[in-house]
Amino acid sequence: MPVELVKNSVGRMVPTEINGKPAVPFQGVGGYKPEGRIHAPKIASCADYPLDGNKQVESLKAALIKAGLKDGMTISTHHHFRNGDLIAVEIFKIAQELGVKDLIWFPSAAFPCQEAIIEQLENGTIHHIEGSLNGPLGEFASQGKMRGTGVLRSHGGRYQAVQDGEVEIDIAVIAAPTADPFGNANGVDGPSACGLLGFALADSEYADKVIVVTDNLVPFPCIPWQIQGNHVDYVVEVEQIGIPERIVSGTTKITKSPDRLHIAELTARFCEEAELVRDGFSFQAGAGGTSLSIGNFFGEIMRRKGIKARFARGGSNKYLVEMFEEGLIDYILDGQTFDLDGIRSMRENPHHVNTSPFTSYNYHGKGNFAGLIDIVILGATEVDLNFNANVVTHSDGKLLHGIGGWQNCLFGKNVILPIPLFRNRIPVVCDEVTTICGPGELIDIIVTERGIAINPRRTDLLEKMKDSNLPIKTIQELKEEAERICGVPARPQLSDEIISAVKWVDGTIIDVVRKIAD
Amino acid sequence: MGDKTSAGNRGKSAGSDCYVELELTAAGGIQLELKSKVKALFGAKIESLCLTVLHHFDIENANIYIEDSGALDHVLAARVEAAIRKQVETDKEFLLDILPQNQNGSARGKNRRSRLYLPGNTPKLSLNAGVYGADGIILDLEDSVAADKKFEAAILVRNTLRATDFYGAERMVRINQGAKGLADLEFIVPHFVNLILVPKCESAEQLQAINTRIRQLQENSNTVNPIHLMPILESAKGVLNAFEIASADNVVALAIGLEDYTADLGVQRTEAGTESFFARCQLVNAATAAGIQAIDSVFSDVSNMELLAEVVTKSKALGFNGMGCIHPRQIKVVHENYAPGKTEIETAKKIVNAFHIATEKGLGVVSLGSKMIDPPVVKRAQTTIDMAIDVGMLDQDWRDNYAG
Repeated sequence: MPVELVKNSVGRMVPTEINGKPAVPFQGVGGYKPEGRIHAPKIASCADYPLDGNKQVESLKAALIKAGLKDGMTISTHHHFRNGDLIAVEIFKIAQELGVKDLIWFPSAAFPCQEAIIEQLENGTIHHIEGSLNGPLGEFASQGKMRGTGVLRSHGGRYQAVQDGEVEIDIAVIAAPTADPFGNANGVDGPSACGLLGFALADSEYADKVIVVTDNLVPFPCIPWQIQGNHVDYVVEVEQIGIPERIVSGTTKITKSPDRLHIAELTARFCEEAELVRDGFSFQAGAGGTSLSIGNFFGEIMRRKGIKARFARGGSNKYLVEMFEEGLIDYILDGQTFDLDGIRSMRENPHHVNTSPFTSYNYHGKGNFAGLIDIVILGATEVDLNFNANVVTHSDGKLLHGIGGWQNCLFGKNVILPIPLFRNRIPVVCDEVTTICGPGELIDIIVTERGIAINPRRTDLLEKMKDSNLPIKTIQELKEEAERICGVPARPQLSDEIISAVKWVDGTIIDVVRKIAD
Repeated sequence: MGDKTSAGNRGKSAGSDCYVELELTAAGGIQLELKSKVKALFGAKIESLCLTVLHHFDIENANIYIEDSGALDHVLAARVEAAIRKQVETDKEFLLDILPQNQNGSARGKNRRSRLYLPGNTPKLSLNAGVYGADGIILDLEDSVAADKKFEAAILVRNTLRATDFYGAERMVRINQGAKGLADLEFIVPHFVNLILVPKCESAEQLQAINTRIRQLQENSNTVNPIHLMPILESAKGVLNAFEIASADNVVALAIGLEDYTADLGVQRTEAGTESFFARCQLVNAATAAGIQAIDSVFSDVSNMELLAEVVTKSKALGFNGMGCIHPRQIKVVHENYAPGKTEIETAKKIVNAFHIATEKGLGVVSLGSKMIDPPVVKRAQTTIDMAIDVGMLDQDWRDNYAG
């Protein structure tokens, strides 16, 4: 059934309805302010729960049955195990076994380890996925094979959607590295330790039924209780919930690529010259190789100048922890822990704090941390002449990445995208991005190996850097250079069919992803 | 007919390259099969360029298979041309436009602190080579190219010289030894190469042959840009003949290759370098006597920046002006450690300042106090100043606040 399309405030045609529910077009940053009250779960009564606090159930299957698993439900899972998760696939196998149909899977992110779920997408167990669609699942959706429309949200947007009642979770399954029979749980202990469980916070608070699954059951109390058992219905003990070596994945190496190192160094020099790196500053550190080496360069600058950072925000890892333990950073506000050093530090050091999408990112709250950060380093698949950026599709239109915290971080004070000018002959700086994920007004600086472009809105930075020896260029000049080297690419051939909506942090639709033409 | 030739590289590590397989047929027109990572955005462009190249070489019937990993036009054209010329005798070559900035000559006395070695047949490494700020970039046709890839490498290097912007770095090519090296010249001389590295040089006579061939090729191509030579001494005999080599026409620098030199002596190359101490001193002495630059051998541990800094400091103390780099990370360390010392900079500032004052006053003679300063001294001082600015030891506009 054709759905009406309207032009949103960044000029993209977006539907007014997604999967049968009304949808609001993007109205500019801060433009949309919904009224009403946040969503609330049903009132529970202790009378319905064992007084001795033991909520243990013999298996995940039994817990799902007790939770009332049935056709059309929304089931949520989380990606704190990254590519080592064993639970999500298990849930949908059980659902298939029980003959349940048309489920909506609502993960905080999907990983290649969940490729097997394609089977349940194909046989009708799952209707569609609302969450990041990357890797094999993105490929599947790009070909238009998913029945419903995908909905891509940022981490903050996911919290907002749950809080606002846009998504009503029927059953949340929280895989917990350590838990007690009451349902208190944390991510810092146990064989599958992953750091923190912040992505599951909204689900624990708002889902109708909450199941905690663990392979490290401890007697009450499980301390710290990152997830509070008071929200939890059932606890399941299983043999293994994750594959440790894939939980702490290999993403945490500083890049050796000379091109990336060069971009990282230019970025660090820019931040130093623009006096963004100063005593008491804060920065957001990503997990990619380029981000890591920028963090490293920041460390060198801080040592040389005898200054320190008030806090670092983002994924923690060995390199960040080393700087932290050296005394260069007062606090780590951790959103996702990437390796064992990060986990150890979080367990041992009270200044290494676990955060959640609520504290860091939720746009429908009374502020969040994202806007407090001085330097934010993010990636992008494309950036255009208006500084709009894309992070979910490639230039050929294929849906390949999730949004993660990317949109939320755009509210930082100085948002920098260190990116190559082109990848495999495909210009990264282009006329118009394939998919707008972030509006250009929030993106300040593009650093490529061939030059740095400052958003013309940032007259302060332009003034400050006007005598710099760094290769400051206009975004137009960067685009022309990319096209001189690569040639002008053809536009991707896309059909009219919408395979996924891209939500902004306030729940409005900023763009859509279309099926690739055959 | 029926011969199959191929050129280029494919597979995981072949980024920015392509693999071309060509079979000439008797009839049926051109049958082109293209597999490409970037097909959705560049497929039509790739096919059209491929057909243009085939047409240029008058090929009307062929099966051609292209496996592309994001090759730029000049790479794609080089690969198709190589596949054709491996089986078709022809005097033709297929040239895309040359960048205007790639038609400049370089100054004889320009800084040559760092020169980045790149294997000539690996396009992904040359693509961004210019952004690291090396004084020179070497497209290597010698040791880093396998024997059966020499021909296609020469074509690719030719196209790279024309199409890739190295952002002001001197465009250098290391040719092969002997007759093969002379044959390499036709691929590079008409295409504005700035400097040619001559491996295993042992006599001035070798350089004469090269100079003669360069002159012929420049006449034929109507080009007049300077083409400098940097012979590499890699044998006992080469080291003995250092001065004669340094004094040959167009030689601007002498380099040393210690791997081959120590092999020639039959000794191990050590970190301390005692075994090559004589050769290096002899080279510096010969270069200085001939008024050219002395360039040191490469440092092969690309992860050890501290040791590299030490090696460069010692090299500078011996009188070397520069060193080869095998990884972009080495460039900065090399520049910083060949940079002039504080007193050197102060002296250079006085001389350059005196020169500017003399020019402003319209004086023909530069003098400092009661001493007259010769032009070569001014030039050397200016080079010192440039180096100091380049590594951030001196402001671009230092003269604004210079009290003398």
